[in-house]
Amino acid sequence: MTGRKLIMDFPVTATSHLLADYVARGGYETLKRVLTALKPEDVTKEVTASGVLGHGGAAFPVGRKWAVVKLDDGQPHYLCANADEGEPGTFKDRWILEHAPHLLLESMLITCYALQVRNCFVYIRGEFDRPYRRLQAAVEEAYAAGWFGENILGTDFACDIVVYRGAGSYVCGEASALITSIEGRKGYPRNRPPRLTVRGLYQKPTVINNVETLSNVAIIMRMGAEAFRKFGVAKSPGTQLVSISGHVNKPGVYEVEYGYPLARFIYEDCGGVLGGKQLKCIVPGGISTKVLTAADIEGVTYDHKAMERAGSQVGSGGMVVIAEGTCMVRLLQVMLRFYHHESCGQCTPCREGMGWMHRIIDRIVEGAGRPEDIDTLVRISNANDGTTICGMGDAAGYATVGIIAKYRDEFEYYIANKRSKCGGRLEVEAGEPVHA
Amino acid sequence: MNAPNIPSMRHLQPEFEALKKRYPAGFESSLTLPCLRRIQEARGYVADQDIDWLVEYLGVPRVQVEEVLSYYTQFRRAPIGRWHLQACRNVSCSMRGAERLIDHLSRKLGVKPGETTADGRFTLSVVECLGSCGTAPVVMVNDAYFENMDAAKLDTLLGGLK
Repeated sequence: MTGRKLIMDFPVTATSHLLADYVARGGYETLKRVLTALKPEDVTKEVTASGVLGHGGAAFPVGRKWAVVKLDDGQPHYLCANADEGEPGTFKDRWILEHAPHLLLESMLITCYALQVRNCFVYIRGEFDRPYRRLQAAVEEAYAAGWFGENILGTDFACDIVVYRGAGSYVCGEASALITSIEGRKGYPRNRPPRLTVRGLYQKPTVINNVETLSNVAIIMRMGAEAFRKFGVAKSPGTQLVSISGHVNKPGVYEVEYGYPLARFIYEDCGGVLGGKQLKCIVPGGISTKVLTAADIEGVTYDHKAMERAGSQVGSGGMVVIAEGTCMVRLLQVMLRFYHHESCGQCTPCREGMGWMHRIIDRIVEGAGRPEDIDTLVRISNANDGTTICGMGDAAGYATVGIIAKYRDEFEYYIANKRSKCGGRLEVEAGEPVHA
Repeated sequence: MNAPNIPSMRHLQPEFEALKKRYPAGFESSLTLPCLRRIQEARGYVADQDIDWLVEYLGVPRVQVEEVLSYYTQFRRAPIGRWHLQACRNVSCSMRGAERLIDHLSRKLGVKPGETTADGRFTLSVVECLGSCGTAPVVMVNDAYFENMDAAKLDTLLGGLK
């Protein structure tokens, strides 16, 4: 067991994602109570008091984001759920979309009431077909039951929702790019200020929260902030859906209560490393977070402060387990190919830098690396940090600097000997040669 | 790709009008992606005349539609094979055998990633993270995910795709 559960607290069956089952579990009761008994500002007060943090990667306090939206400013406000799950290693929001779509919808309705939003959106990545169909079916069920549309529950609260499908772009998971995409344009991030909560979608105040973050809203309003804070630890209340993959015996999505021992999660709950191998390191929260070695994770609890002290982050909850004997040079090559492919090309340091880094790592893997290449990779990473509009350039740098800091010897060996210290392996079982 | 005799997609207009109802009024521009997705679903790709029509129907600048089409990787401006195989090669999939799987696919079909078989049956693509890392390696066949794949499973799957 990975601590107490808030989201994955029901058995998944063939019908558990449907409205009838959700209602049988007490679904939409919280929305009823909120709409009939609470004022919008009461909701924001409660969510702020819960201390819930963003679950998309940046861990920004939800209440602080919401507080920027002024209810009496006379403008339309918008809410977008970010379901553009694309950070490599991350597949937790997909669990909610497929198995608890009504939890998300009820939470969004409560949030729309709190922020006085008439039109809300779920921005879902274009490749997610089954999650999209599950969510869209839930939306139609909710409309038919009167949860969306005009005069919800006979009140003057009205709300419409659109499930907006992306079309293949990692960068659109970044909030401002997500907005330009919903506006029907290419997904270019834009500079802040103004913050999106001041000027966002269609130039109006807009709150964008991750799917899991929003799903916590109905839970907080159901149990109350005080009860919610009893989950997790003081600075990280609640739970995190962790998607774990790579060289691990039991990959999948787990709900982990903040403060749970990290090593125990990996070795016991997830069955440890494939093939009985030793653990080399983990990517803790999406490939843009710095790797932690087997020694680094000893004694670490899974919460934001502890992960920071260990030298990394909770990030997006996308954990990748890497077994002893895996070639970190080749692994970084896979990552840098990804970042190069996904750079939107708007900012020069990222557009050019990703290309340079990708070509350098390819050169090293091909046996044509130069001794100065390692420092050049670090220098480009550092030069990108903070010099681009969105965080993608920074993220590629963190991944690179993190791996080089811990496994510099593998890079030096590769360049000096024109071959991998680990046989170029990415898989646990060598199988037939991956690279001739 | 403009062929003079390809069918118009204007019959989709009632569908698009229904979509509009749930959007805030006056922001037709937002329909650019959904309309393009739907047109591609119907035609298999987006033709020049589809762009002409959307520019007129949504009142958006032509450059905006062109930019959207070139920016998002899922849009196509030309037909592809009947079965689009998209193999993920990001971190978790590579760690579970995606590279060998892609080599196998490439050899079996006799095409490189990005190419279509001569009979028009298969197009092979390699893609970045599909968000299915716990069931790696994953291959998308048209819209559906096939998870925990290996060469034998793929061979069986391909045999059934005519």
